[in-house]
Amino acid sequence: MRSARAVRRRVKSATMTGMVAALAILAVLPLLFIFGDLVHKGASSIDWNFFVKGPAPAGEVGGGVANAIVGTLIIVALGCLVGMPIGVGTGLFLAEFGGGRLGWIVRFIADVLNGTPSIVVGIFAWTWLVRPMGHFSALAGGAALAILMIPMLARTTEEMVRLVPNSLREAALALGYPRWRTSLTIVARTAMGGIVTGALVAVARIAGETAPLLFTALGNLNFTTSIREPMQSLSLLIYTYATGPFEDWHRIAWAAALVLMALVLTLALAARWATRQRFGNKSAI
Amino acid sequence: MARLASVPAAAPAVPLPVVTVAAGTSSHGAPRMEQGPEDVKRPDNAIVRIETRRLSALFGRKMAVKETSVFFPTNTVTAIIGPSGCGKSTFLRCLNRMHELSDSGWSTGSVLLDGTDIYGPGTDPVAIRRRIGMVFQRPTPFPTMSIYDNVASGLKVSDHAYKRKAIDEAVERALRQGALWDEVKDRLHTSAVALSGGQQQRLCIARAVAPLPEVLLLDEPTASLDPAGTQRIEELCHELKRQYTIVIVTHNMQQAARVSDYTAFFYMGELIEIDRTTQLFTKPAKEQTEAYLTGRFG
Repeated sequence: MRSARAVRRRVKSATMTGMVAALAILAVLPLLFIFGDLVHKGASSIDWNFFVKGPAPAGEVGGGVANAIVGTLIIVALGCLVGMPIGVGTGLFLAEFGGGRLGWIVRFIADVLNGTPSIVVGIFAWTWLVRPMGHFSALAGGAALAILMIPMLARTTEEMVRLVPNSLREAALALGYPRWRTSLTIVARTAMGGIVTGALVAVARIAGETAPLLFTALGNLNFTTSIREPMQSLSLLIYTYATGPFEDWHRIAWAAALVLMALVLTLALAARWATRQRFGNKSAI
Repeated sequence: MARLASVPAAAPAVPLPVVTVAAGTSSHGAPRMEQGPEDVKRPDNAIVRIETRRLSALFGRKMAVKETSVFFPTNTVTAIIGPSGCGKSTFLRCLNRMHELSDSGWSTGSVLLDGTDIYGPGTDPVAIRRRIGMVFQRPTPFPTMSIYDNVASGLKVSDHAYKRKAIDEAVERALRQGALWDEVKDRLHTSAVALSGGQQQRLCIARAVAPLPEVLLLDEPTASLDPAGTQRIEELCHELKRQYTIVIVTHNMQQAARVSDYTAFFYMGELIEIDRTTQLFTKPAKEQTEAYLTGRFG
């Protein structure tokens, strides 16, 4: 009797374990398939020229995506330049001083913005930046990405800063630290590992965005580093080339997708690494 | 005055910190003190370092400390004992204006540091906290800073621009006072969180005394330490009182007996009794004190 129950229990346990394991595999399968597909279809097109040459004239075979790689880096950098200080600052405010009504309002707006479709943000940037300026530009693209980045960063920063024990705040205040200095030099520095992780995740997220760039950076078949001009990005290039009429464009789009994917994966790994450091030396939270 | 604190037969070298609890009904039968704080017998201003007058501490509408008047003579250790939740930590936190940083924390009455009310108009709480060091229950080294930077942090945050050499000297002096110098002198620039719990707490004491405060507040400083670490801290109290005035909150009566010159007993937000430690532990004036000391409650 007893052994029968034990067997039944063991069978049940094994079944459940098997089921959740299968679901876990199911969850990561798409990533593996996507990456496999990209490597299969894109890797063969990647060579040195792919990284250093601009696109070939339409219809011709060859050329590279240097303009899109540089463009992605510039637009993302612009987004970070604007978005990171505002996003991290907002998060710090929410965690340290956001107990009142203002904090509640800011937090609510950040959550709504977080859920706003990125294409809406693109249209917003087009209305307020592209139209008044009279032309598409990398600047407008960077601004659109910054708007996407700010609420993400604000909320992750808030979470990370909240993890800093209150005893640390009190220790600094009791030592004669003014409130603002406590927040900046003690609390923010202690949460830095987590904030950096959040920032890297946010960068990875905006690096692959296409919709907000459609109406802002627009894309550019030529190489440019001027932020006042339309600029190509990897995501825009994939969009244009994959829907274009030429076989060679499709090939380049696959390769560009692989490069973009590798970029995002690298950032995600960097984020993991930053987290590992944080817990590794037990220094902070 | 005999009703306030029983004065020992031989006149003490340092006058007793005498106390009144303001007149008022007390639900648990504490003897009423009719005298206001003004006519309490007290020593010269010169040897009173810090003093409270009708100090009450509240959380919102809930009173945690009721109209307490007491003074702490210079270069003495005063222990505050009492059961959990009796307001002893809250009282301590009023002495350096930390209580008002708690959620809905506020206070009435005054706290005089060298005769000046630290709650007076135009007083900067940040400046006050630089004159009154505090050490907490759990060690709180700044995790992003080295041992050296931890100790130097109180100096660097002050308005005075210290020269590098002055900071070096202050760090060494503070670490020596914290009885930590010999253990860390070869690794001053390594992480502070790599130290043991007891070392971390001594680091916090060193950090608190580095800017040369006048008063040192210790809020159950040994609560998270092992017996050896506790002993080190208690020995430190004897050393440090030569230079500072120390107020230590402890739930450990033996510790109070070991380290302090005076002991104050708090119960339900009220100061029941304060007296020389030997006197309070051997011949307490109040029944409640005796009941607590003999373990009948708390």
